[in-house]
Amino acid sequence: MKAASLLRWESMLALVLVFAFVFFSAYSPYFLNVDTLSDATFNFTERAIVALPLALLIIAGEIDISVAAIIALSSVAMGLGSANGVGTAGLIGIGLGTGLLAGCINGALVTIGRVPSIVATIGTMTLFRGAAYAVLGDRVLKDYPESFAVFGQGYLVGPISIELALFILFAILFGVFLHRTRWGRVIFAVGANPVASRYSGIAVNRYRFALFALTGLFSGLAAVLLTSRLGSTRPSIAQGWELEIISMVILGGVSVWGGKGSIVGVVLAALVFGLVTFGLGLMNIPGIVLSIFTGLLLILVVAVPALVNRR
Amino acid sequence: MSAPRIRLSDNTRRDLGFAALTAALFLAVTFAFPGFAAPRNLAGLLDDTAILIMLALGQMLVILGRGIDLSIAANLALCGMLAALFNRAFPEAGIVPVFVLTLVAGGLLGACNGLLVWKLRLPPIVVTLGTMSIYRGAIYLLSRGAWVNENEMSRDFLAFPRAEFLGLSMLSWLSLAVAAAFVVALQRTRAARDLYAAGGNPEAANYSGIDPGRMQFLAYTVCGAIAGVCGYLWVARFAVAYTDIALGFELSVIAACLIGGVAIAGGIGTAVGVVLGCLFIGIIRSSLPLVGISAFWQMFINGAVILVAVLLSARQREFKRTILEART
Amino acid sequence: MHPSLLTLTDIRKSFGGVRALAHASLDLPRGAVTALIGENGAGKSTLVKILSGVYQPDAGEIRFDGQAVRIANPQAARALGIGVVHQECLAFDNLSVAENLFVNAQPSARGLVDWRAMRTQATAVLRDLDADFDADMPAGRLSIAQKHVMQIARALTHESRVLIFDEPTASLSQRECAELFRIVRKLRDAGCALLFISHKFDEIFELADRYAVFRDGVSVSAGGVSEVTSDELISLMVGRPVGQLFPKLQVEPGVELLRVENLSRAGEFEDVSISLRAGEILGVYGLVGAGRTELAQVLFGINAASSGTITVAAGRAGVALVPEDRQGQGAVLPFSLAANIALPNLATLAPRGWCSAARESQLARKWIDRLGIKAQGPDQPVHHLSGGNQQKVVIAKWLARNPGVLILDEPTKGIDVGAKAAVHAVTSEFARAGGAVLMISSDLPEILGMSDRVLVMRRGRVRGQFTRAQATSESLLRAASDA
Repeated sequence: MKAASLLRWESMLALVLVFAFVFFSAYSPYFLNVDTLSDATFNFTERAIVALPLALLIIAGEIDISVAAIIALSSVAMGLGSANGVGTAGLIGIGLGTGLLAGCINGALVTIGRVPSIVATIGTMTLFRGAAYAVLGDRVLKDYPESFAVFGQGYLVGPISIELALFILFAILFGVFLHRTRWGRVIFAVGANPVASRYSGIAVNRYRFALFALTGLFSGLAAVLLTSRLGSTRPSIAQGWELEIISMVILGGVSVWGGKGSIVGVVLAALVFGLVTFGLGLMNIPGIVLSIFTGLLLILVVAVPALVNRR
Repeated sequence: MSAPRIRLSDNTRRDLGFAALTAALFLAVTFAFPGFAAPRNLAGLLDDTAILIMLALGQMLVILGRGIDLSIAANLALCGMLAALFNRAFPEAGIVPVFVLTLVAGGLLGACNGLLVWKLRLPPIVVTLGTMSIYRGAIYLLSRGAWVNENEMSRDFLAFPRAEFLGLSMLSWLSLAVAAAFVVALQRTRAARDLYAAGGNPEAANYSGIDPGRMQFLAYTVCGAIAGVCGYLWVARFAVAYTDIALGFELSVIAACLIGGVAIAGGIGTAVGVVLGCLFIGIIRSSLPLVGISAFWQMFINGAVILVAVLLSARQREFKRTILEART
Repeated sequence: MHPSLLTLTDIRKSFGGVRALAHASLDLPRGAVTALIGENGAGKSTLVKILSGVYQPDAGEIRFDGQAVRIANPQAARALGIGVVHQECLAFDNLSVAENLFVNAQPSARGLVDWRAMRTQATAVLRDLDADFDADMPAGRLSIAQKHVMQIARALTHESRVLIFDEPTASLSQRECAELFRIVRKLRDAGCALLFISHKFDEIFELADRYAVFRDGVSVSAGGVSEVTSDELISLMVGRPVGQLFPKLQVEPGVELLRVENLSRAGEFEDVSISLRAGEILGVYGLVGAGRTELAQVLFGINAASSGTITVAAGRAGVALVPEDRQGQGAVLPFSLAANIALPNLATLAPRGWCSAARESQLARKWIDRLGIKAQGPDQPVHHLSGGNQQKVVIAKWLARNPGVLILDEPTKGIDVGAKAAVHAVTSEFARAGGAVLMISSDLPEILGMSDRVLVMRRGRVRGQFTRAQATSESLLRAASDA
């Protein structure tokens, strides 16, 4: 929990954020418009909401690459539910429930099955996405009740969308939980040294299971928001999101080795990410080029500290 | 000393067990659909599985050294596009330059992964996750999103993988040759034995003068080179090149390795096992349409198979030193 | 021909700011066993790593057979003929014994690995050593003692003339030790120069011809073993005359705090029964691999027993364990002192969930004072502290919980004498204040000095129980080893 280095990282992110803001405003007169910015938030809130529990998971020394596949599975489940006449409340239940269940499967594989999380989630990523494809094939499900659309498309007050409001709420909750409570302290300990944590009387596996379940639950939530926003479901939904979500977390200063990180950093990283992708989109740069940017960023974020430490 | 007795190594025992399993699967399918065992069909099965076999053998090297390569499919796609673009620009050049180009390009792409893992000690999962999207994106930059179609490919380019010899395609022969080369190389070359040592116990390997990072670098480079050549073969076989070819294929490759007995923790795995793993997946894939299951189930089945393989190997690893048991 | 095969003169080696070797000199004559003696942290491991080519000295000279040499890497060491049998079992479990012997040195024919030659040579070496396993065996199936023999075999495969043994008997039975000594003597008679690192004086006097003592990275003395006594050696190691290191307080035993009946855990230990009362210190002695740590893990609750019962008296906070591996199991190194002490005490420090830095700091300061922990403050990361102070932090975090039973697993391994005395004082004080102590140790003087009663374990079973009066070095050792 090196406070000084983390603070430096967060300051750097804040600086990048300001710089990006200035750059894009200079590029396009439309950028500084409140409505435009409000639209921009949709770009990242769904991913950022998953980045929050994923950050906790990575700080605890694990990883979950199946988050995007869980989103897809939850979305398909909701689509099927809607096609069978389930109402909005029920759909939310299905979405969250599927995500939670998927997260529990991950948790069980890692804690009971003793499978390393990287391999387990490679497997479940394939399984969950595969299930989505197996069920839907190349169909699209579009039949959602009208009231369902409010989550992804509605606004809470003024330009602040419901999605953004949810993200802000959860960012605060997660931040307080991780940095001020004893359970957050335990998460840091488990990531820094799981063996010593066990020898300090901590039920390490219980924490791991809970974090996987939480990540799954929030992936389900993201699915609700995304599906509500798009109004449709196809098995390829959220394709490639796992890379972006993990990048947000790593960019936010969370160490891949576990034991270090902050929610403030992840929030800043999410903002940077969302802003830059939106801005580049305004500049008509296609999505796949964006992914080059994401990949490069991910590698740079882990490579630079490694390079610095080598001296 | 005791009289010489036939003792099967753990590796052989595992491979035999899996061979029996694969044979059983094959027999089951053939029993339900006798046409499955027809030579024509078997040749087609090998042809379909050939690229998977070569990629999985390359991936095995990386996993043996305690790494993983998620960028293998992106590498394949990028080199495939390179091959197609080169061929479109220089159709008279023949396929030898194409082989050389893809081998070198793929090797360089793999070497990038290897360098980051070796010199900076970055976690392989993060590195290859990153390079996976960089390489994919690079395809778009190269081709500007356009496809290269069959009519833009020279005849030699397309003909090589399909050319038949003794009933099998050149592609199949190539995969058999690569498999045979791997079987020999893994057993007989010092580099391969050092890789096994480095993956099995990196600390002890250091003490013996082996640099585990360097072995990983070599593994990534070879894996990348194979992926590069497979890029040409893929594009030629399917007669099209575009950004999304082989999207997600890395998961099938990893599945084949895990099924074939390659331990994710490193140091354990055989070429024979990997080939069997590929055949296992291949048999399942070709029998799906026969049973009436849509091809969309393939991914789900791969996922299930990965999870089963991984759960079983996690069980085996619980190798505790016992104090009370008599020593062997 | 030089009388000394290997000579090191004035070797210096530092890591970052920490000096491991300051003025290290060593002389290894042919046809002799030289014992290298010194406390943990005296620089012995660093010296071994320099000789085996893993580290390079910052200064100083190495002469092999009269010639100045540079041992640049492990292959260079091997080419010179220096072989090392490490303390840690550096075996490749996934490879066969034959392959283990020839890692990175496989015999080759026409550029390819020659398996037949490898197996033949491996079998020959194993036969020479009278090993009870053969070359085709997967190394993962060998016991620790067998792996040691395999390491020796490995050193012999490249005709070593200098052989270094780094604490090889730590986990060997009496019979296996005798075997090892037989091999060592055979190599000595064949003219090799042998370096034998050991803590056990009886081994040193039985086996070695010469001795060399290191203290704080400096060689302080060397000579013939026949000219010196063990007390003199201890004095040289420690730097002051051996006085009373173990303050033993007389305490009246109180109520029973721990009762263990017929406790077993499959594959680890069997049928262990213990009764521990307040104020008692029960020493648990045994060789490495006797099952003591495994027993401690079950008593603490890390692992479950397969049969038997454990009853802990209510009232105080149960069983605490200060584990053997200080840095891996005991402390979270990147965390601060305060965070480490807080970790098992979060329920009391943060009863409704909210952490308070002030409260944690206060708790840490209290224990810094009580245990005399030398640190810059409660916020200092634990990995900056010395081994002894790290151990004090680990003990503090458990004492803060006020447990009824305190289990210590090798509590003074690898820490300096001053910290050792402090740990013993704290332990005695804990017992005097009404706690019960289970002290696992392989250090005979420590066990004999601290314990009210001694339990001896061998191969997972209790082989002997001794009162303080009955316990002697000989009786404990005999019970702990195969007769």
